[in-house]
Amino acid sequence: MKDTQAIIEARHVTMGYGDYVLQKDMNFTVNKHDIFIIMGGSGCGKSSLLRLLTGLNQPLKGDIFVKGINFTKADSDVQKNIMINNGILYQSGALFSSMTLAENVALPLQQYTDYSQQTIQELVSLKLALVGLAGFESFYPSEISGGMKKRAGLARALALDPEIVYFDEPSAGLDPISSKLLDDLMKNINQSLGTTLVVVTHELSSLLDIGTNGVFLDAETKTIIAQGHPKDLLKNPPNETVYEFLTRGKTEYVK
Amino acid sequence: MNMSFEQKQSQLVVNLTGSFERADNPSMKEALFRLAWDVQTQRIVIHAQTLGTWDSSLVVVLYTLKKIALERGILFQSSTLPKQLNSLLDLALTVDRKPPQRNDETPDFLEVLGTIGINTCQAIGRGLIFIRDVMGALGRFFTKRVVMRSVDFWTELDNCGPKAVLIVSLISFMVGLILAFVGAIQLKTFGAQIFVASLVTIGMIRIMGAIMVGIIMAGRTGASYAATIGTMQVNEELDALKTMGIPVTDFLILPRLVTLVIAMPILVLLADFMGMLGGAFVGVLLLDIPAGEYWKYAWEAFGLTNFLVGLFHGLVFGFVIGLCGCYYGVQCGRNADSVGIATTKAVVWSIVWMIVLTGLITYLCEVIGI
Ligand SMILES: Nc1ncnc2c1ncn2[C@@H]1O[C@H](COP(=O)(O)OP(=O)(O)O)[C@@H](O)[C@H]1O
Ligand SMILES: [Mg+2]
Repeated sequence: MKDTQAIIEARHVTMGYGDYVLQKDMNFTVNKHDIFIIMGGSGCGKSSLLRLLTGLNQPLKGDIFVKGINFTKADSDVQKNIMINNGILYQSGALFSSMTLAENVALPLQQYTDYSQQTIQELVSLKLALVGLAGFESFYPSEISGGMKKRAGLARALALDPEIVYFDEPSAGLDPISSKLLDDLMKNINQSLGTTLVVVTHELSSLLDIGTNGVFLDAETKTIIAQGHPKDLLKNPPNETVYEFLTRGKTEYVK
Repeated sequence: MNMSFEQKQSQLVVNLTGSFERADNPSMKEALFRLAWDVQTQRIVIHAQTLGTWDSSLVVVLYTLKKIALERGILFQSSTLPKQLNSLLDLALTVDRKPPQRNDETPDFLEVLGTIGINTCQAIGRGLIFIRDVMGALGRFFTKRVVMRSVDFWTELDNCGPKAVLIVSLISFMVGLILAFVGAIQLKTFGAQIFVASLVTIGMIRIMGAIMVGIIMAGRTGASYAATIGTMQVNEELDALKTMGIPVTDFLILPRLVTLVIAMPILVLLADFMGMLGGAFVGVLLLDIPAGEYWKYAWEAFGLTNFLVGLFHGLVFGFVIGLCGCYYGVQCGRNADSVGIATTKAVVWSIVWMIVLTGLITYLCEVIGI
């Protein structure tokens, strides 16, 4: 799996809301099988960027290509097709509270595949087992903990074997152990299913552990101020902001 | 599905060739799993040298097979599978958390009956405690020792007053219109259509005005109270208030309840007027009653007692709607569904209690002779 084929490309993307520009002229490429980290301080537009990549919002300027297709300018059928092939793990899991975990995971399968009912049930059990929730099929979201909700949300995101899975702060609100388990799970899924992961995270240990590529957004200059493997960025920080971020605010940065 | 399998003495051999994408063959899988459970099978061997691309539809078959093998304690040989596939199977079969035991027994009849009884009693108790708390808060409201932001008070007053004027006007006008129409058909046969004026006036001011405003406000404002407070419950905002030591009754319920109780009689006044206007519309334009004549009869029918009874209904309904809306909001569960349930209950019970209390007030009026 050494092919470095681009799966997402952002070209001259400017994002914002109305007249309010969050980031200008962003250019980056996410390759297949990457674990791509979106870093940056609070409020620099990480969640907004995720909404652009998943098609929930439109960029003010520029284009986003997903698997070579211009996602931004494609017509709605094509966009929908791309969106179905994305898995998204929302911050709180976004499970449907009136459905059991099994029904939550089964929903996209029933909607978009022709699997038999039996197979759907087996697939649901498999996905739940993959995220460590075997046997929780008949539980409702309100009956499980926050960490388990995230795992269940991941199971649902993985239901259709997506090529790309997006995560918004997956470790927010989790204890270190749950957070580590989730990291391991993400790495496992990336390696065994070959899924590309795009992750917004603040968690230093996590992003250094799992990330294979990434961008660093800066709120002040409204641009991407660093790109590359998080570990390389830590070793050779291109500027003070990145250095401070990756070292938790150490300030003895020397050029 | 490019899968074949056979039983060779004690071995179940599964051959996987080509690609597996969204592959599904329930009958084949069933036959395979039956063989895996067969007592003769002592070992499951997977041959996957020529396996192409694959997705979860293959993983799920292997996962089920391996689970059966584990459960029966027989060998599962899968060394020819791609490394990632094997690690995926391992991942799926690592149990790091067992679900807690749950009580799934269906209770017997007596138990169900008992539960209903206990729940009803508890619900009544909760309702009474809620009313007591709110009354306490009202007491504090009048002694000026209440934690409430005045901006909340004015926003709520705007919400349940001026913003409701249009819908209340429209519907009351229609009701007056309909009352006049229906009355006219009957009264015309006696040549007594002039009494449409009295009919509409008495009907509107005594009870219809208040009832219409009550139903509109239950759907419009009571529902919004339940939804807002219910969503605050979901967002843990109610918990935050409690732990800050700010009573929910003072901070959230009082501004809503008090403004609604103030606004309701005024809206009833408006409804009375609009209803009479609707009646006059029919009377003057369609029944050809001279306008002066119409107003004369309407004014004669307009009794102060009837009018005040109508306003009193409005006041009571304001309490009922405010209490029901806030109560079901506070009692709301912690997910999206329960907000819907809370809203429904708020509207339904507002209307039920309004009808019960209308009956009660009518009976009391009868007793004291007004
Ligand atoms: N729907 C919206 N309309 C206007 N501004 C928004 C909207 N959503 C977010 N913002 C603004 O965009 C900025 C970045 O938000 P967000 O992408 O959530 O940041 P991050 O996830 O990096 O913390 C914030 O300052 C926020 O005020
Ligand atoms: Mg965010």
